[in-house]
Amino acid sequence: MTSDILKIENLFFAYHTLSGETQAIADLNFSVKKGEFLAIVGPSGCGKSTILSLIAGLLEPEAGGITFYGTDGKKPGIGYMLQRDQLFEWRNIWKNVTLGLEIQNKRTAPNLERVKKMLDAYGLTDFVSKRPSELSGGMRQRAALIRTLALEPEILLLDEPFSALDYQTRLTVSADIGRIIKAEKKTALLITHDLSEAVSLSDRVLVLTNRPAHVKTEFSIHLTRTDDSPLSARKAPEYSDYFNQIWEELSDEENSD
Amino acid sequence: MKKTATELCSLEQQDYILAHRKHHRFIRRMRIAVLLLFLILWEACANKQIIDSFFFSSPSRVASCFLDMVRDKSLFAHIGITLLETVVSFLLVTALSLLAATLLWYSRKLSEILEPYLVVLNSLPKSALAPLLIVWLGTGVKTIIIAGISVAIFGAVISLHTGFLQADPEKQMLIRTLGGKRKDVFCKVVLPASVPVILSNMKVNIGLALVGVIIGEFLAARQGLGYLIIYSSQVFQRLPLLIQTHILSTYLPRYL
Repeated sequence: MTSDILKIENLFFAYHTLSGETQAIADLNFSVKKGEFLAIVGPSGCGKSTILSLIAGLLEPEAGGITFYGTDGKKPGIGYMLQRDQLFEWRNIWKNVTLGLEIQNKRTAPNLERVKKMLDAYGLTDFVSKRPSELSGGMRQRAALIRTLALEPEILLLDEPFSALDYQTRLTVSADIGRIIKAEKKTALLITHDLSEAVSLSDRVLVLTNRPAHVKTEFSIHLTRTDDSPLSARKAPEYSDYFNQIWEELSDEENSD
Repeated sequence: MKKTATELCSLEQQDYILAHRKHHRFIRRMRIAVLLLFLILWEACANKQIIDSFFFSSPSRVASCFLDMVRDKSLFAHIGITLLETVVSFLLVTALSLLAATLLWYSRKLSEILEPYLVVLNSLPKSALAPLLIVWLGTGVKTIIIAGISVAIFGAVISLHTGFLQADPEKQMLIRTLGGKRKDVFCKVVLPASVPVILSNMKVNIGLALVGVIIGEFLAARQGLGYLIIYSSQVFQRLPLLIQTHILSTYLPRYL
């Protein structure tokens, strides 16, 4: 639990268009420990999603480095959950959750068996031959998580994966997914606008500055909770303190332009 | 004993269904009535010499000409050759346009270089191209098939390429987060998402291929519906034939 899996040092990134360049990230530094659930909050448009794209290797940093410390010194596998579930309507649920394995030519018996177990554990076995449009928002999001976990990533990047859901579903699904990620012992980076989600799900919250983004403050979250339901985290005595502190840091930042 | 669906529903629902059927029966009958009225008027005017049947023909003459050609089986040869040429050029257009649009999607540079040329080639009046094709390739089935292709191909490439570019960028990003390359983005997202575009494009292509084939047959054939139209319009006695052929070539694409 104590060794780093990911370390970001002096990271810079800018977007270029003909009308000019936009510095998205400047001198960003943080590290993530193995098995940690890290939430990243920040003013809107501050470049949060860019950080995930850089970690996932979809974008190349302009300066600075991202170092991974995977098991056996290999680069750890990275799973990325996008804002919407992006299940393909022309595939059934089974074909959707095995899409990653199909792309990487890893449809081996043990891998498929593992996917079946996850479908079973997360209540989707009866829906494998259904189309995504026949599932509820929560089920779709769980299917999207299984699709990501099927490739056995060590690090999960979550880019506001609950933002498209209605509030009620969002509470249950975020708790569900939090529980699944803990059970599968994954390291997770969650980007969110929702402070209560950040406080109730994560072990640590990073608050970013306005663009160009760097870390403003960080909070270690320790909640005294009775069980792992979404409400018990919100009922914990420390919850509102954390919430208020992060809220102040953020509003302070948003008012500073 | 099982009840049928109508017995199960309420009286109001049954009334509604009956009214709905009655409405559609009425529409169908009136459509046929309009056609019959037109044919009767045409025949009557030709009989009473109100219109000159030498120039305007009459339904009975068209019908007897049709039956003659059915009897001596020459009609089937003409329809057959036109059908064959249309189907071959349609299949070639579909295959070639898919291939070209795929290449353009793969290489943004290539698509930007070729874009003005595609637009020019697409707006070219293809019927004007047919005489050139005869000069280059001679007369024969090959020339006619190429005339059919030339009418449809450029529009097909442009609309397929536009369709490919409209595939959801977030879905494409998902493939990349799952470790997919550009090939996977194309096979797993762009192609399946473009199936409706491909199908509607094929429907347009079959009509355009027929237009091209008929134009080709006007100029370079001894057989086919296009040849029949040109032949009969040059010989005025064959006017019934001309009308009949026009009717046939209007209906042909519907049954393909």
